[in-house]
Amino acid sequence: MTYNVQVTVMPLKELLDPQGKAVMGGLQNLGLTTVQDVRIGKNITLQVEANNPEEAKKIAEEASKKLLANPVMEYFEVSVN
Amino acid sequence: MKFGVVVFPGSNCDRDMQDALQNDLNQEVIMLWHKEKDLTMFTTDDCIVLPGGFSYGDYLRCGAIARFSPMMQSVIDFANKGGKVLGVCNGFQVLCEAHLLPGVLLRNANQQFISKNIYIKGVGSPDQALKIPIAHGEGRYYADANVLDELEANNQVIYRYCDETGAVIPSANPNGATRNIAGIRNANGNVFGMMPHPERATSDALGNVDGRIILNSLLMNAKTGAARSAAAVANA
Repeated sequence: MTYNVQVTVMPLKELLDPQGKAVMGGLQNLGLTTVQDVRIGKNITLQVEANNPEEAKKIAEEASKKLLANPVMEYFEVSVN
Repeated sequence: MKFGVVVFPGSNCDRDMQDALQNDLNQEVIMLWHKEKDLTMFTTDDCIVLPGGFSYGDYLRCGAIARFSPMMQSVIDFANKGGKVLGVCNGFQVLCEAHLLPGVLLRNANQQFISKNIYIKGVGSPDQALKIPIAHGEGRYYADANVLDELEANNQVIYRYCDETGAVIPSANPNGATRNIAGIRNANGNVFGMMPHPERATSDALGNVDGRIILNSLLMNAKTGAARSAAAVANA
């Protein structure tokens, strides 16, 4: 069956995220001063043909490791719906 | 010695590179379409150049998709056999994504696309600053501390951002690159990547020929020459 797999790719926590920083500045300007930090990543949706959710997750993890995320600068999380 | 310049969809410095190598440095240049994969006309004494631009729209990450093009498979083989490969700007990003060079190029620390002349020093000019243009949004070189230490220990840092006098200082770093790194080479000394554009500074008509020093000393001199100069930068 086909599984809907969400891959979230985020910049590593120790790295400066200039995009997040710019948006943070925008939120401050809006008066939303209680927002403490903003980090921006990507959400990638995969439709995966697999026998079970575990297999779908494994395939998505392989895709993430090999292409969707670059481990030098990003980490990823996979969830199967 | 011959040069091959790869043309990806979205490359936009490929013709500048061709013009610089052909007309300013009098080298034979063959343009290589990304869908081709034949490199049999080259020997390992020759050089393949990955030019600047926005290969495949910079989708996903800069250079991430270009890595899988048919031509890149041949370029990776060519590099592994010892052939010279130079990546400039987007080409540098492609080399990192293809794992031919360590590390990655991140979004500029100031969140802006930067297009201006900067100064670097390194191979071919270990003491004096060279004025070279940069034009990039993602040029902040990053690798973890272990990789950086290894690069420095092996004299693999080929260029660092400096001021006009040659001082490597934080204020001369345009994009926030770790340790002011503007360019590196691989451990074997045959694959080079740099963010600044030497091909935009090789013509008298453009008022700056500092780029000739870079292309000449990186690609057309003996390997030992390059390694010696890199050592001088590391110790500077």
